[in-house]
Amino acid sequence: MTTTASGKSKADVQDTAQSRERREKKPNRNWAQMIGMTAYYAFLLLPLLWMLSMSFKTNDEILSTRSFIPQTFTLDNYITILSEPDWRNAFAVTLSYVAMNTILTLIVALPAAYAFSRYKFRGDNHLFFWLLTNRMAPGAVFLLPYVELYSSINLFDTPFAVALAHTIFSVPLAIWILEGFMSGIPTAIDETAYVDGYSFQAFFRKIFMPLIGPGIGVAAFFSFLFSWVELLMARTLTASSSKPIVVQLSRSLGADGWDWGVIAAAGVLMILPGALLIYFVRDYLAKGFALGRV
Amino acid sequence: MKIESNRGWLFLIPALLIMALNAFIPFMTVINYSFQDILPGLDPIWVGLENYVNVLQDPDFRSAFVRQLIFSFVILGIQVPLGILISLGMPKSGWKAVTALIIVGLPLLIPYNVVGIIWRVFTRSDLGLFPLLFEPFGYNYNVGENPVDAYGTVLLMDVWHWTPLIVLLCYSALNAIPDAYYQAARIDGASRWKTFRYIILPRMRNVLTIGILLRFMDSFRIFTEVSLLTGGGPGTTTSFLSDLLVRNAVGSFNFGYAAAMSLIYFYVILIISYVFFIVLTSVGTGEEGQPTAE
Repeated sequence: MTTTASGKSKADVQDTAQSRERREKKPNRNWAQMIGMTAYYAFLLLPLLWMLSMSFKTNDEILSTRSFIPQTFTLDNYITILSEPDWRNAFAVTLSYVAMNTILTLIVALPAAYAFSRYKFRGDNHLFFWLLTNRMAPGAVFLLPYVELYSSINLFDTPFAVALAHTIFSVPLAIWILEGFMSGIPTAIDETAYVDGYSFQAFFRKIFMPLIGPGIGVAAFFSFLFSWVELLMARTLTASSSKPIVVQLSRSLGADGWDWGVIAAAGVLMILPGALLIYFVRDYLAKGFALGRV
Repeated sequence: MKIESNRGWLFLIPALLIMALNAFIPFMTVINYSFQDILPGLDPIWVGLENYVNVLQDPDFRSAFVRQLIFSFVILGIQVPLGILISLGMPKSGWKAVTALIIVGLPLLIPYNVVGIIWRVFTRSDLGLFPLLFEPFGYNYNVGENPVDAYGTVLLMDVWHWTPLIVLLCYSALNAIPDAYYQAARIDGASRWKTFRYIILPRMRNVLTIGILLRFMDSFRIFTEVSLLTGGGPGTTTSFLSDLLVRNAVGSFNFGYAAAMSLIYFYVILIISYVFFIVLTSVGTGEEGQPTAE
C-alpha cells in the first residue's frame, strides 16, 4: 500500500500546481493515488465499522457468524447501557472536565504563545522543549504523587482535578500551535494598534484574538482530544462521586465476563462525542489547518 | 522582528505555574520515592542508590527496555513516512477535504481503552473480521497465541491510531505553502522528487519536529491499548516498559523500585529526544533554529 500511495501522493502535489493538460497526460498516477488513498481510508474505517455492526448483534450471532450486516438487528445492547443512570452521570462528568481543561489550557497558553512569538528571551528554546518533555511523565509511577498532591489541596475526586492534571498534555501542544498562528501575524499590526492608542489588553482582545481565531479553534480541538482520550489519570483522580465514562466502561467489562455486544455498544457510545465534535467543527478545522502556518 | 527582552517571561507565568503544580511537584515526589524502600503499611526506609542498582541489574528491565526502543523506532519509521505520503494525497479543498479530515481525525478522538477494545474485537480469532483475511492463504492467524501475530497486530494498531496525528500536522503545513512556490518549481523544471525535497520538506520541518517528538515520547506511555489487546503476551512479546512499570508499582507495590526505573528511562528518552530536537531544529538552517518558529 505504501508504494502505491507514494506514487499517488506525489502526483497530487503536482496536480495542485500544474496545469490540467499535464494532469491528463498522467492518468495512471491519479488512479494509483486514488486506490492508495481509498485503501488508507478503508484501513481507518474497517475496525470502527466492525465494532458498529457488532453493537447491533446478539451475543449468539457475534460468536456464530461473521458478517457485516446483522441478521437479527437488535438495540438491546444500547438499552442495557442507557438504562443505567451511572452512565449518564459518567458522561456529564467527562464532558465537564474536558470542557474545563480546554478553557484552562487556552487561558494559560494564549499569553505563553504570545511570549514565544513576540519576544526573544534567555532560554526560550529550551523552555519550550522542557514543556514538551512533561508529556513523558511515565503514567504508572506518577499516579501516586498525583493522588497525594490533589488530596492535599482538597481537589481529589472532583472533575476539576482531572482537568488540571490533563493540562500537562494539552498546554505544551496548545502553546506550540498558537505560537505558529501568532507568528504568522506581522508585528506591524501590534505597533499600529499601540500608535492608535489601544492598551495591550484591548489590542489583544479586540484585534489579535480575532486574527488568530482559527488557531484558537485548532488548539481547543487538540486540548479536547488529549483530555477526552486519556484514561489513566482520569481513573486515578476520581473515586465515587465523579466517575468518568472511561471508568464506567471498565466496570461494565468486569461485571460478568465479556459481554461482547454491550462492550461494542459502549465503545460506539464513547466514540460518538468525538465524532460529533469533529463533524461540527469540520469547516472551522479545515479553515484552521489551511490558514495555519503551524 | 522579535523583541529581545526578558519581559517575555512575564507572559509565561500562568503556564509555568500550572506546569509547576502538575509536573514539578509530582516529579520531585518520584525522585524522593526512588531513594526509599516503600512497602504498604510500613514507614519508608531510606536506601540510597540501592533501587537504581537493582533496576540496572534487572534482566526484565533490560529486555523490556530493548523491546520498547525497537518498538518506538519501528513505529516512527512507519508513521512518519506514511503520514507524509497520506497528507500529500489528501484533497486540498471542498467537501472532499472536509470528509478526509473527519475520517483521518476519527482514530485520534477515540479513548485509549476503546481503541484496545476495537482492535480486540477486530482481531480475535473467534469473532474478529481480521483473521478471515488470512484464511485464503491458509495462514492460521492468532493474536493470542502467535508472538509474530501479536507483535504485528500491536504495530498495526499503533499505526492505525497515531499515523493520523502526523497526517494532520503535515497536512496543515502543506496547506500553508503558497501556490507560487509550485509554479516557480515548475518553471525551473524541477522533478517531483526535487519539488518535494526542496520545497515541501523544508516547510514541513517544524511540524515534523513536533510530530516526531510527540510520537517518540508518547510511544513510551503505550499501555492501555496493548493491555486490552494482548495483555503484554504471548510471553513477553508485547510487554513494553509501562507494562513492567505497572506490574512493579501496582502489582507488587514496589514504589521505590518503580520510581527508580521510571526515572532511569525518563532520562534515556530525554537524551534521545534532545538529540532529535537539536538535529531537527538545526538541520537545513545552518544554525541552531527556533523550535517554535522560523
